[in-house]
Amino acid sequence: MEKRIIDAQGVYYRELNQQVREAAAAGTKSFEIVNVNGQRYIASALEGDIHFILRGVPGQDLAAFMRGPSIRVEGNAQDGVGNTMDEGHIAVNGMAGDVIGYAMRGGTIYVKEDVGYRVGIHMKAYKEKFPVIVAGGKAGDFLGEYMAGGAIILLGMFTGKPDAPIAGRTLGAGMHGGAIYIRGGVDERLLGPGLHAEPADQADMNLIKMHAQAFANEFALDAASILSQPFVRVKPFSHRPYGNMYVPT
Amino acid sequence: MKAPQRYFDFEKDISGCGVFGVIDRKRNLIPGSMPISAMCSMHDRGNGLGGGFAAYGIYPHHADKYAFHIMADDQASLDAAETILKDHFNVHAAQPIPTRKVMAIKNPPIVWRYFVTTTGKRRPRWKELSEEDYVVAVVMFINKHTGAFVFSSGKNMGAFKGVGFPEDIADFFRLDEYSAYIWTGHNRFPTNTPGWWGGAHPFTILDWSIVHNGEISSYGINMRYLCEHDYECTLMTDTEVVAYLLDLLIRKHGLTKREASWVFAPPFWDEIDRMPEEQKRAFTALRMTYGSALLNGPFAILVADSNSLMGLNDRIKLRPLVAAEAGDMTFMSSEESSIRVVCPQLDKVFAPKAGEPFIVEVEA
Repeated sequence: MEKRIIDAQGVYYRELNQQVREAAAAGTKSFEIVNVNGQRYIASALEGDIHFILRGVPGQDLAAFMRGPSIRVEGNAQDGVGNTMDEGHIAVNGMAGDVIGYAMRGGTIYVKEDVGYRVGIHMKAYKEKFPVIVAGGKAGDFLGEYMAGGAIILLGMFTGKPDAPIAGRTLGAGMHGGAIYIRGGVDERLLGPGLHAEPADQADMNLIKMHAQAFANEFALDAASILSQPFVRVKPFSHRPYGNMYVPT
Repeated sequence: MKAPQRYFDFEKDISGCGVFGVIDRKRNLIPGSMPISAMCSMHDRGNGLGGGFAAYGIYPHHADKYAFHIMADDQASLDAAETILKDHFNVHAAQPIPTRKVMAIKNPPIVWRYFVTTTGKRRPRWKELSEEDYVVAVVMFINKHTGAFVFSSGKNMGAFKGVGFPEDIADFFRLDEYSAYIWTGHNRFPTNTPGWWGGAHPFTILDWSIVHNGEISSYGINMRYLCEHDYECTLMTDTEVVAYLLDLLIRKHGLTKREASWVFAPPFWDEIDRMPEEQKRAFTALRMTYGSALLNGPFAILVADSNSLMGLNDRIKLRPLVAAEAGDMTFMSSEESSIRVVCPQLDKVFAPKAGEPFIVEVEA
């Protein structure tokens, strides 16, 4: 089936999402939505092998609860991208706002430039589900707060704030699963209580290399320059700290 | 406690406040249609219980006079306010604020504007006050004693606000007929208060105006602190304190906007501990002196006066705020898309750091 092109200029979000859902239910596998500007919930809760190109700035909660589709955003994204998404791929060819990948449980989010506050908080992993966020720029405070699984890879390379530290305060606070990888290192005073930055090991580098290559392919960048600096790892110092609270061993 | 029936199938109110501001650094006038369109695009952030705008540069023919915008439920209250104005000022013009009948706006108050100057030494009271303090005192007096409310009192600026969506309020006040070099706008209702006309944003005093997304949970201590300095909070909602704190800290105590921002959103104590000794002492003094002016709770605020627009987040960024530049214009908003609606091509888009003000001044 051929690509469905939708002009979203001045179209209210409910109407736009209804068009998308009806077309998807009728079997459309490829969408190009042009003049997107602020419409909320695009591709939210959609399932299956569907591809989107969004031209413009999609609104809040892009791809929330999404399971499967892939989305390429030609523009910046706002807040709440990939909220609780389950599977699929989002690539933002620009910057993104706050709470990206909140409680994400699978799939990948690549943002070429800076991301906002509270990115990847509450991420979790289980068996084959392993969510990954790669941000090419810098991040705000609370990156990976309460993280329980998956990986966040922060590059700090493509940024609109050259003078800022690569991440904000309270990085990884309360995390008890998963790992945050930071290119070139991070000031330990920015980390949440009890956390440390240590060199990434071989298994970490395998994961980082795989995503660096895919990230470079996605945005036409040079993977070698991404990998030209060492990465540090921030991982939790405890595992399931409350695991025995209700069922004592 | 029992979950509502069909709890999974209800229409949740997903509103969350929207703010928008634009300033032209060369004082070129921007038509009202721009902030109206921007606020319209964030319709779903509001809930129809509050909307408003502030505009600077709208009264060039009365630029030397204080423009009092007054609302009252009934003629007697307006008359009482007018009597106070006549007793305390030279009133040069008095006129109804032009409005349109709008289907969505039910039972609007009477809205009038007065262009006034002070009377030199001939004052019925408050003879010892400076001119600006005298104007503030009259505003507080009307708000407290008449049943009418002054909703703006600056020079060559005005606030327009009420119960409704911002597009309806704009229609009601015919804001498409105004042009200004600074505009701010807001939707959604006053925090912790039923939507009422006086409680809608913006909040103002003299040239200051503020629109706010969030909740000032330190309202109680802020209000009592302001009371000690003769600012009376009468509008029954949190954001009012910020307008008066700006006036107190910046106009009266001589702090810069940057310093006032450190009072509102101070560095954390652990950051202060790491500062060089002199700086540490300065910030400790600022926190101790102005502890009662600290704003607790989530906020993204846009503050304007006749020369600047400033955006400020709480220090842990609990509310959204993005900024953008295009030519001589700088925008600040809850959502980038609202800026792109009125200006698709932007030179630069960025998110200001939490707790650090983004201040744009007009060129001299």
